[in-house]
Amino acid sequence: MDLSRFNLITIATPLVLGAGVLLVMLVDLLSGRANRRPAQLAALAVVLAAAAVCLATWNTGGVSFFGQVSGDGFASFFNLIFLAVAFLVILAGPAYLERNAIHFGEYYSLVLVSVMGMAFMAAGTNLLVIFLGLETMSLALYVLAGFNPARQSSNEASLKYLLLGSFATGFLVFGIALVYGQIGSTDLARFSAYLAGAGDPFAGYMGAGVALLLIGLTFKMAVVPFHFWSPDVYDGAPTVVSAFMSAAPKAAAFAAALRIFYAPAESLGLPWERILWILAALTMTVGNLSALNQASIKRMLAYSSVAHAGYLLLGILAGNELGAAGILFYLASYVFMNVGAFTVAWMVNRRGEGRYDLGDFAQLGFRRPLLAAMMSVFMLGLIGIPPLAGFFGKLYVFTAAVQAGYVWLVVIAVLNSAVSVFYYLRVMVIMYMRENEALKDVDRIPATFAAVAACALMVILLGLIPGSVLDVARAAVASMP
Amino acid sequence: MEAFFFLLLAVVSIFSGLMVILQKSPVASVLFLVLTLVCVAALFVMLSAPFIAAIQVIIYAGAIMVLFLFVLMLLNLQRFTEGAWSRFQITGVVVAAVLAVVTALLLRAVPLPADSGFLRETPGLGSVEAVGLSLFTEYLLPFEIASFLLLAGIIGAVILSRRRP
Repeated sequence: MDLSRFNLITIATPLVLGAGVLLVMLVDLLSGRANRRPAQLAALAVVLAAAAVCLATWNTGGVSFFGQVSGDGFASFFNLIFLAVAFLVILAGPAYLERNAIHFGEYYSLVLVSVMGMAFMAAGTNLLVIFLGLETMSLALYVLAGFNPARQSSNEASLKYLLLGSFATGFLVFGIALVYGQIGSTDLARFSAYLAGAGDPFAGYMGAGVALLLIGLTFKMAVVPFHFWSPDVYDGAPTVVSAFMSAAPKAAAFAAALRIFYAPAESLGLPWERILWILAALTMTVGNLSALNQASIKRMLAYSSVAHAGYLLLGILAGNELGAAGILFYLASYVFMNVGAFTVAWMVNRRGEGRYDLGDFAQLGFRRPLLAAMMSVFMLGLIGIPPLAGFFGKLYVFTAAVQAGYVWLVVIAVLNSAVSVFYYLRVMVIMYMRENEALKDVDRIPATFAAVAACALMVILLGLIPGSVLDVARAAVASMP
Repeated sequence: MEAFFFLLLAVVSIFSGLMVILQKSPVASVLFLVLTLVCVAALFVMLSAPFIAAIQVIIYAGAIMVLFLFVLMLLNLQRFTEGAWSRFQITGVVVAAVLAVVTALLLRAVPLPADSGFLRETPGLGSVEAVGLSLFTEYLLPFEIASFLLLAGIIGAVILSRRRP
């Protein structure tokens, strides 16, 4: 048999992660009951090893495994984003898990197996691989959301996510089945060739198939009207998990969407445009307006992440190279801002897990100036204030949309960004201006602080060298088969 | 003849699917689920996919359902004693009715082709040999990813069944 068809280089990064899952489980088993430190160190080592492998095999894979995966620069770029998020939540996590007495070794193996699923979502060039990657990611997330069995809201979040997520998966599978019924293949190359060649791409089963695919993916992105799960799940889940969930899976869903829809986006024509236009406008508006009067920082960040999914949809709608590369850049900066903001949120929480009040931030600017400064970086980044990374992400995506002729949608997006200034700035106002409510002092946790500092540095750094990062993103998009 | 059997199996499977969620006794629900799965298996046979049909019966109707029944009997669940229709049930029925109407209208507006023809071009598509061959060549990677999917499920089960401190 021709073994060159099984080119392991194409799946080197997920392969390392898969082996890492088993290694971490073994280390955790061998290191005794009370000691979780070895499992954490093993998981960090696995993530670093996977990142090294990812950099070493950057854009060298090509399509392999009978056209199932492509180890191109696009996959490598996203792998690096996923691995960065995994590293941060593994580094920051133990303090939170200890505080809630839920420090189990499975946390690390679940994060790793979830990231492995995401890697396959980004690398898949076959709907089947993308689907299996999505399920692997989601299954781990369902469990992670319910990682604190003693808290009712965590169980509720897990169950809600599981039920709605399985429902969305049903849509996705049904969509894949209809596409298969129409073209006799789940291969994405065949899919885009069919859409480009057909006179009416939506004739037969294709229209329903593509619509169902879109529903399945937009659920994972938390796009309105499939967003109802996200505030409840982010709010109920343990906060380290919320940080992970709000960042990496969203990036993975956009990676899969780009894989499926980027090339055919031009050929899909009017019905497709109209649907995405409405979805994007609704998502931005509903997300931002709902975030306005949230008392809980976790819910506010959840709605803010809904709004960001709306901005990101502009890049997909634009369908041009700048739009796709802009999404990559946007996500690379967005994940750091979100992980950082969620991590600071649980660091300053002093009223117990059930209550994440914005009032927790009172006077933070004077008691922990550095932490408050970093939180300000995340908030300003999420608004999109230059020269932070968030500004350039929005700039690229919006420019791409204008180039593609969606001027009114960009006007809506800019107005929405203006609305979002209010609730992001409110956090800063509370940090620097509200009176102290005589709360307990914020714990000093070096590892978690380091993770937050790394996030803040990345947000600033990506804002300093946006051009060269965008060039890497452009090359990554161009390397897609 | 084929259309008759298809209709028969379709009606029985949808009916028993409804009974799964309408039954008060969990054991009866599970038994109706077995009936649904067997009907779906028979549909697979009609699509000349005997391997999938056999797997469906052995794994779903056989192994998983037996497990379900065991768990139900061990848990000794009581019957649901719910009297009047709750608000959620009424909302559910209304939403389902609206969706059914919309789906019917859609199907009338956009007629779906009976088949796209590619299945007839590849005879023996559903045989054990064809499934085995494609599973270990073209679909080797998805097959292996599925094993990690199951691993994630196992880890999850371990966590959920952990004794509460």
